[in-house]
This record gives sequence, C-alpha cells and structure tokens, in this order.
Amino acid sequence: MAKKLTVSPSPHVRSSETTTGIMLDVIISLVPALIMSVVYFGLRALALSATTVGSAVLAEYISRKVMKRKGTLGDLSAVVTGLILALNLPSTLPLWMGAVGSVVAIVVVKQMFGGIGQNFVNPAMTARIILMVSFPTAMAKWVAPFAVKWSVVDAVTTATPMASLAAAKGGDLSLAEGLPTLTQMLIGYHGGSMGEVCSLALLAGALYLLLRRVISPAIPFSFIGTVAVCMLIAGKGNLQFALYQLLGGGLLLGAFFMATDYTTSPINLKGRIVFGIGCGLITSVIRLFGSLPEGVSFSIILMNILVPHIERLTTSKPFGFVKEKKEKEAAKV
Amino acid sequence: MAEKKSLGKEFTKGILAENPTLRLVLGTCPTLATTTSVTSALGMGVAASVVLVCSNIVISALRKVIPDKVRIPAYVVVIASFVTIVQMLVKAFAPELDEQLGVYLPLIVVNCIILGRAEAFASKNPVLASAVDGLGMGVGFTAALFLMGAVREILGAGSFAGISISFLSSNPMLIFILPPGGFFVFGVLMATVNRIAESRGKPRAELRGCEACPMAASCKLNKREAECENISEESKEAVS
Repeated sequence: MAKKLTVSPSPHVRSSETTTGIMLDVIISLVPALIMSVVYFGLRALALSATTVGSAVLAEYISRKVMKRKGTLGDLSAVVTGLILALNLPSTLPLWMGAVGSVVAIVVVKQMFGGIGQNFVNPAMTARIILMVSFPTAMAKWVAPFAVKWSVVDAVTTATPMASLAAAKGGDLSLAEGLPTLTQMLIGYHGGSMGEVCSLALLAGALYLLLRRVISPAIPFSFIGTVAVCMLIAGKGNLQFALYQLLGGGLLLGAFFMATDYTTSPINLKGRIVFGIGCGLITSVIRLFGSLPEGVSFSIILMNILVPHIERLTTSKPFGFVKEKKEKEAAKV
Repeated sequence: MAEKKSLGKEFTKGILAENPTLRLVLGTCPTLATTTSVTSALGMGVAASVVLVCSNIVISALRKVIPDKVRIPAYVVVIASFVTIVQMLVKAFAPELDEQLGVYLPLIVVNCIILGRAEAFASKNPVLASAVDGLGMGVGFTAALFLMGAVREILGAGSFAGISISFLSSNPMLIFILPPGGFFVFGVLMATVNRIAESRGKPRAELRGCEACPMAASCKLNKREAECENISEESKEAVS
C-alpha cells in the first residue's frame, strides 16, 4: 500500500529518449556515408575518421577532468562531433590537422562554453572553418575517388563539382569543365570532402533520422528548398543546374546533419523555417556571388549566431494571449 | 584615489591587478591590431609606454594650472605632442617598425589607457607617483602585447621575432594572424590573467565606471552621486 502512494514532484511521465540514444541514432545514420567514403578514398579516410573521433573523445575527457566537472563521454556527443568533422574534411588532410580540428571543436567551441547543450555554434562546423582558414592549401586538396591509396603523394588531385560549377554562372553548364554526370553525383563518384560525395548514402542516413524522429524535417527542407529556388532563378530555370547545386558540395550533409543540431537551432516550427531559409539564402549568395565555391558551413555558422534573435521573434504566444497595447485600449473602453 | 599607496604598489598594480588591457580592457584596438608579430607588439608597447610616462609627468605637473572645464583638450594637446616626438623618433631610427605599425602609431594620441591614466591618476596625484603609475601601466601594457604577439606569431606564422621555428613555419595556423585569432588569444589571455589575479585574492576588476572614464567630471552620474541614489530609489519605488 505504501508503495502505491509515492509522492514525487513533476514531471511524472518521462520520455524514454536519452542523449546517448539520440547520439547513437546520429552515428548509425552517418555510417553509410562513412562506408562510402572508405570505399572511394581508401583506408586513409578510415584513419582520418579514427583520428578525429579519437582526439575528440580524448579532448572531451581531458577538458572535463581539467575543469573538475562530471565526465560526459557516455553521451557519445564527442564521437558524433569527431565523426561529422571527419566527413567534412578532404581525405588527404594530414592526420594531425584533423586532430587539431577535433581539439578546436571540443575544447574551444564546446567545453569553454560549458559543454554539451551550451555551445552557441556547431562545433564540427566551426572546426572545419577554422581549419579552412588556417590551412587553406591542405583543406582544398581534393582527390578523385579510387585514386588514393595509403600514400597521399600519388593521389590524383581533382576539382570538386562545386569548383566546376562556380564557372557556370547563369546556369550555362557547358562552361563548367570536368563536371561529373548527375548519376555520378548521386552515387558520389567525384572529388570532395569524405562524407559529402555520396548523396545516396547521406539521403539514406537522413531518412533514418527522420523516421526515428531524431530530426524534424522543417530545417533541412526549408534549407534545401530555398537553395533550389535560388538556383532555379539564378540558372534561369535550368533544372539540371539546380540539381547539380543540390547534390554538390556539403548541402545535404549540412542541411540534414549539422543545421539540425539541437543546441544551435531554434525550438519551434516558425523559427526553424526562418533558420532554414536563412541558411539557404546565405549558401546561395556565397555560391553564386562569393569567391569561395561553397558556403554551407558559413551559412550554418552565421545562422547559428542569429538563433537567439530568431527565437525572440518567433516565440509562440500562449493561448488567450492579448498584446499589451490592445489590453490598454481595452482598459480605456 | 585619496588613499596613499607606496610607490612600489603604484608600479606593480599596473602589471597584474590593474593591467590596462587584460583587466581594465582599455586600449583594445592597438592590442588586437599590432600583435601579429612580436616585434611590432613590443614596438607598440614601448612607444605607448614612453608617451604614457611623459604625458603623466607633464599633466601631473600642470594639474593645478589646467582649468577643469578644458582639461580634456589640454590633455590631448600634451599627449599629441609626445606622440609626435615618438613618431618622429621611430621614423628616424626604426623605419621598418614605423611601416609595421602604420596608422596605429599616431593613433596613440587617442589611446584610452593614456587618456584614462591622465584623468584617473595624473590629474590628482603628485609628479613622482604619476610617473611610477605610468611606468607600471606601460610595463603591463607592453607585457600583455608581448604575450599576445608571441602566441600569435608562433602559432600563426611559425616564427618568433622573425626567427622561424622548424615544424611550425611550414604549417602555420593562419587564423592566429587574422583578426578572429587575435580575439581568441585576447579572450584566453584575459581569462587566464583574471584567474591568476583572483587566486591571489584580488577581486575581479570592476569597470569602475566613473573613475576610469575620461568624461567623469562632465557626466551627471558622477557629479551628483547623491542625486543618482535618489533616482535609483525612486525607480525602485516605481517598480514596486
């Protein structure tokens, strides 16, 4: 009888979802992309991924120890950060540079701001940008698939589709030299970051996350949709040009796996759509008018910084809420 | 500032407890702009220190002559003349440094640290104490710039004062030379110095608003403190 009458504060009904469970789902969804990157770029890709994941975990462990806080390795978030970072890097990157990226992501972006749930920008994305600014040559050394063996020296470097597309301003694809076919774009047979090449593997992972309800479709769909619309306009209605833009570069990887990061994206639907459209607009502007061929990472970081303002402008009104001004008028009457 | 401190204390406070850049966050612009290399950081630090000591001495000596209403223009005239002297000296004897510092050398005229010390210290204290205060602040400023310059040059260019370091020079992390890296190093240094100073029992340097502000005398908030209190009480009442 005494057991039936437990008195406890709310909440009484809890979800069985845990941070570890969500992170595990994200890891599972990234596995196809990781496998495809190993297929295309050889064991070197696996070694780089292992390095970034390992150093991310180590950095998390050491920084929590130094700050005398509870260890948070169990939530697997460091593994996810390391994995996403690896998928954003070219497979030829020196391993130590990958490790530097992981340390930046975990220590500077995440732990210095208080650990999981406290970072104001996406750690992996910021690490990628810092590496890109710091080591511009190493971060732009793209190789053709199957061309790379263990040694980096004999690898054949190639342009990414994004670099080719940058020449095709106005949607005239005949200007883009060395552009792969759309099928090749879909299966990933072209140069690029380890994880971004194989669109099919990314879409499979994204579908898994959507079905498991780990991510909501609002951000990725408004993000990709905005890019599609912008590219259709810029390409004067050339559908092929728009498709290339959607499949090329880090758009799918960024939209499904990084823009949807819980900590750095808005809470409610309206905010998420604003966030996605903003990402899409910035990406399109950088791709079409910027000096860099790709802008997904910058767009996500910039919108991450704007999230607090988006939240403030899109707070949902409580039921029956009346604006203050109207209230005063009502009082006068 | 009425309390009397020993000269030694006036000197050392500028280095850690009241370090102008890292604790009081003054003179941020030259701190970020000139610390891409050790030499330019040191050059900036020394040039500003010389101006700081000289202007502190002159302003302190003239503190009873300068009318209160026009003291800021008077200070600026004193500071500007010393900056001009320093600029000419640097141009004559270290033209390379002059090129590196560029516009930031003449900009010492409007450096907050110098104007701030003139207003907060030199205008109220005797010559010797003001000179020591200026020297301490100058050493603190130079040390902060040197630390930042060293970190940024070693990591961002792979060299130290122009001497290249084997592994780093072939793989420099360019971001440390760029503005974002400067802000990052600045933040980390500030955090570290705050930590050290606090562990020595020195409380976090508050932005002692009115005292450090050159506009203090003409500002209503400082002049009518009593009135301010009244206002705050009134506002409290209004809130309740």
